[in-house]
Amino acid sequence: MTNHENFKTLDERKESIICNSKFENRNIKCDTNSVSGAVSQRACVYCGARVVLNPITDAYHIVHGPIGCASYTWDIRGSLSSGEEVYRNSFSTDLREQDIIFGGEKKLSNAIDEIVNRYNPKLIFVYATCVVGVIGDDIEAVCKRAQEKYGIEIIPVQSSGFAGNKKSGYKAGCNAILNLISRYPKHKKEFGINYLGDFNLAGEIWIIKNYLKKIGVPIITKLTGDSSFEEITKATKASLNIVQCAGSMVYLAKQLEKKYGIPYIKVSFVGIEDTINSLRNIAKQLGNKEVIDNVEKFISVQKKKFEKELSYYKKRLYGKSAAIYVGGGFKAISLIKQFKELGMKTVMVGTQTGSQDEYDLIKSLTDEGTVILDDANPTELEMFIKEKGADVLVGGVKERPLAYKLGIAFFDHNHERKHPLSGFEGAINFAKELDITVNSPVWEYVKKEGEKDVKKKFYKFEYESV
Amino acid sequence: MSKRNFTNLNMNPCKMCMPMGAAIAFKGIEGCMMLLHGSQGCSTYIRRHIATHYNEPMDIASSSLNEKGTIYGGARDLKKGLKNLIKLYNPQIIGISTTCLAETIGEDIDNIVKDFIEEENIKDIQFITASTPGYGGSHYEGYYYALRKIVEHQTNISYPNNTLNIIVGNISPANVRQIKKWLKDFGIQYTLLPDISNTLDAPFNNSYKKITPGGTSLEDIKKMSGAKATIEIGLFVPEKYSPGKYLEDTYGVPLYRCPLPIGIENTDYFFNILSEISEKEIPQEYLEERGRMLDAMIDSHKYNSEGKATIFGDPEIVYAITKLCMENGIEPRIVATGTKSDLLKKMLIEDLCQKNYNSVVLENADFDTIHSYIKKNSINLLIGHSDGKFIEEKENIPLIRIGFPIHDRVGGQRLLTIGYEGSTRLLDTITNTLLQRKYSSYRSDLYRRYYLTSVDYSELK
Repeated sequence: MTNHENFKTLDERKESIICNSKFENRNIKCDTNSVSGAVSQRACVYCGARVVLNPITDAYHIVHGPIGCASYTWDIRGSLSSGEEVYRNSFSTDLREQDIIFGGEKKLSNAIDEIVNRYNPKLIFVYATCVVGVIGDDIEAVCKRAQEKYGIEIIPVQSSGFAGNKKSGYKAGCNAILNLISRYPKHKKEFGINYLGDFNLAGEIWIIKNYLKKIGVPIITKLTGDSSFEEITKATKASLNIVQCAGSMVYLAKQLEKKYGIPYIKVSFVGIEDTINSLRNIAKQLGNKEVIDNVEKFISVQKKKFEKELSYYKKRLYGKSAAIYVGGGFKAISLIKQFKELGMKTVMVGTQTGSQDEYDLIKSLTDEGTVILDDANPTELEMFIKEKGADVLVGGVKERPLAYKLGIAFFDHNHERKHPLSGFEGAINFAKELDITVNSPVWEYVKKEGEKDVKKKFYKFEYESV
Repeated sequence: MSKRNFTNLNMNPCKMCMPMGAAIAFKGIEGCMMLLHGSQGCSTYIRRHIATHYNEPMDIASSSLNEKGTIYGGARDLKKGLKNLIKLYNPQIIGISTTCLAETIGEDIDNIVKDFIEEENIKDIQFITASTPGYGGSHYEGYYYALRKIVEHQTNISYPNNTLNIIVGNISPANVRQIKKWLKDFGIQYTLLPDISNTLDAPFNNSYKKITPGGTSLEDIKKMSGAKATIEIGLFVPEKYSPGKYLEDTYGVPLYRCPLPIGIENTDYFFNILSEISEKEIPQEYLEERGRMLDAMIDSHKYNSEGKATIFGDPEIVYAITKLCMENGIEPRIVATGTKSDLLKKMLIEDLCQKNYNSVVLENADFDTIHSYIKKNSINLLIGHSDGKFIEEKENIPLIRIGFPIHDRVGGQRLLTIGYEGSTRLLDTITNTLLQRKYSSYRSDLYRRYYLTSVDYSELK
C-alpha cells in the first residue's frame, strides 16, 4: 500500500510533531484523542483516574468491570504510605458474560455490602470501566443507595475507558475528590497549604514535607500521595494550594479556588533550579517574613551540601544529549531544565498529555533543531532518537526496551520508581542514575557489536618473562 | 473449597484478561502485528505488562475507540487503525482481537475486516480475527483461542506430510528454544506454534527491527493440516479453544495432549510421545540428563521434605509444579489458579489423594483467598508468578518466580524450567531456597529452643 523506504510518519500525526526552529511558527496539535492504529503510548480514562486516586492510603478501590482493568493496575505504583495499606489492594467485580447480559448493578451493590461487612471502610471509590458505560449500569445510583445505607463515603468515578483520554481520567479523579470535599462543611482558614499532584513515589512527598516544615509551612492536605480520607476532608482549611503535577491536578486547584477561594500556584520540586524557585514562590505567596528568610537560609545550606557531588556528575555527563518521552508536559519542562543544569542538551521532547502552553514553554526552553512531539508512537520515537543521536532516553516502562534495543542509555521516569527524584537529594539521584546508565561499561561492547575482529583477541602467556 | 472469600468481588486478581493471552500468541507468528479493537487503554496496559516480563519492545495497535465509535459502531475506527498499522509496520499478518468494549457494542469484526480488504484492495496481507472479550475467560483461554483461530484461518485440506505439530503453552522463550532442540535431536520435522523464542527474546544487534524476526511462518502453519500428529501442551484447554482438537476434528490429525514437561513423570511422558511419533529411541544425551535429574532428586530429598508449598498461576504450570513437588516430597499444601477449571481441580485432587496429601485446591481463585489459606497453614515456599510478591512481603515467605508475569525480577524470558535439565534447575532453586532459610535460622532456632528454655521439673513429680 505504501512505499516503506521513504516512510516518515502518518499524515494524521504530522501536525503533532514540530521542530524547534526560527522558521517554524506552527502550533503543535495536542490534547486530542489518539489516532487509531498509530500505536499510541497512552493509556485510558480509567488509568488517569486511578493514577490520581490510588495513593489515598485508606481508600478501597472497586473496579466495576471484567478482570483486566483491576489486574493490570494492582499495586504497580511506588506510592508509599505512612499509615494504612488498603490502597495496595485491587478489587474487581470480575464481570462475566452473564453480568454483561443481565447487568452488573446487583453484583456491584453486593460487592459494596461485602466490603463494608468485612472491613468497616470509611471511603470507597467505584470506578466505571468501558463496558459499564455501555450496559447502562447506573453506578451513581448504586453508590448513592449504599452511601445512604451505610453512612460512609462511596464515591463513583466516571472513568469508562473510551470516554476521552488519560487527561479526562485525571479530571474524573479530581471530580471524585471534589465530590468528597464538598460533602463536608467549609472549614475556617488556617496558616498552611495543600500539596496537590504528588503521589509520594519513593517517599517524594516526605522529602518536600520536611523542606516545608523547615521553612515553617505546614501541609494540611496532601493530594493524593500518603493521604487519607480524614486528611482530604480538611482540605478547605488551607490558605494556599501548591500544584506539582499540573497535568493531573491543576483542574482540581482551579475548582478549589472557585468554590472555596483557595488560591493556587504551580510548583516543581524536580531539579535544583525549580526546587529553589518553588520554595521562594511559596514563601512569597504566603507573604510571611519569617518564611521568606528561612527559605533563603535553607537554600544556601542545601546548595552547599550537594554542590560537590553534583559537580562530580556534571563532569561525567557534560555534552551528552537526551531524548524525553514522558506523561505530562510539566514533567518534561522540569527535565529539560535539569538537563541544562547538568550541561546536557535535549534533542527530542515528547509527552502523552501536554497542553498548548506547556509546549510553548518547551519550545522556548530548547535549542534550535529540537524535535517536539505530542502523543508519539514507537516508530516516531525510534526515528527521532536515531536521527538526533540521543545518548539517553527518559521515559516510562514501555519506552525502556526500545531504548535498550537501539543500544542507548535509559532513565526510568515512571511511577514504579524506587528512588526519589524530588528536591535536592532527588536531583543528586537524578544525576547519579544518568551517570550509571550513560557511562555504563556495557555500551562499549554494544558499540563493538558487528565489528569483525571482536573474537580475534587471544591472551598471550607472558608470565614467564615477568 | 473453591469459593473465594468474597462472592461478588475478586480481591487481588490471580488472572489476566483474554486479549492478554491473544497478544502473546500472535507475537509468536512471523511478520505479525496485533491490533486490539477497543479503547486505547487495553493495548497500553497489555503492552506494559508484557514489556516488563520480556524486556522487549511490544507494539500493539489499538483502534482507539472513543464515545462516537462506541455509540455509532467502531467500523470506521477499526478500518482506520488497520490502514495506519499497515503504513507504520508493513506486516504480513495482522491479528485482530476484540476487547470487552467491542464485544459489548456488538462489533462484527469479521465483516468489517472483509469490507476493509475489499475497499483497500489488499492482496498480500493475511488478517486473523479472534473474539476475546475480557469477560469471556482469562488470559489462559485467550492464548489458546487465538492459536486456534490462527490455525482455523490458515489451514485447508492438504497432502499428508511428515511433520509434527507442536502447540506450546505460554512458556518462556528459553523453554521454547529447548523444545526446538529436542525436536532437532530426535530428527523430527515440525511446526511449532507459537514460536516466541526469538520474537520475545531477541539477541542484541545493531539493526533493530520493529517486527522482530522469528516466529512461526505462515507456510509452516499451512502444513499443519497434513501433519502426522499434533502434540498440544495444554491439558486443561476446553475443546472449543483447542487448536489441536480443531486439527483432529477437521483433518484427522491425531492429537496427543500432554502436561508441561516439568518433573520426571511429565518429562518422561513427553519424551515417550516424541519417541513414539518419530519411531526413534530417546537419544543417549537425554537418558543421561534423566539420570542426572534422578541423582539430583536423591541428593536433595531430605532437604525437600521440609518444603510446604503454595503453588499458583496458570492451570498448566500449577499442575506441572504440583507434580514436581509431589515427586520430591515437597508438600503442595495449597494449589490455586485464577482461571475457571473444574478439570484441573478434579485431576489435582485425584493425584494429591493418591499420594495421601490433604491439600487445598482452588480454581477461579483470587490472591485474597489464597492469602487467607496461607495464613491458616504453615507454608514455607511460594511458587508462582510475580503477583505473589504481595504475600511474599506480608508473610515473609520466599517466592520462587516462575510463569507469567515476572515483573519484579529480570530474566523471566530466560528461565529454563522444562525437561530433565530445566526441572533439575528448578528443583535446585527450590531446594536452595529451603536451605537458605535453614542456614540463616538454625543456630538461633536451636539456641532459643534448647538453651533459653527453663528445665521443666514437673515431669519428675
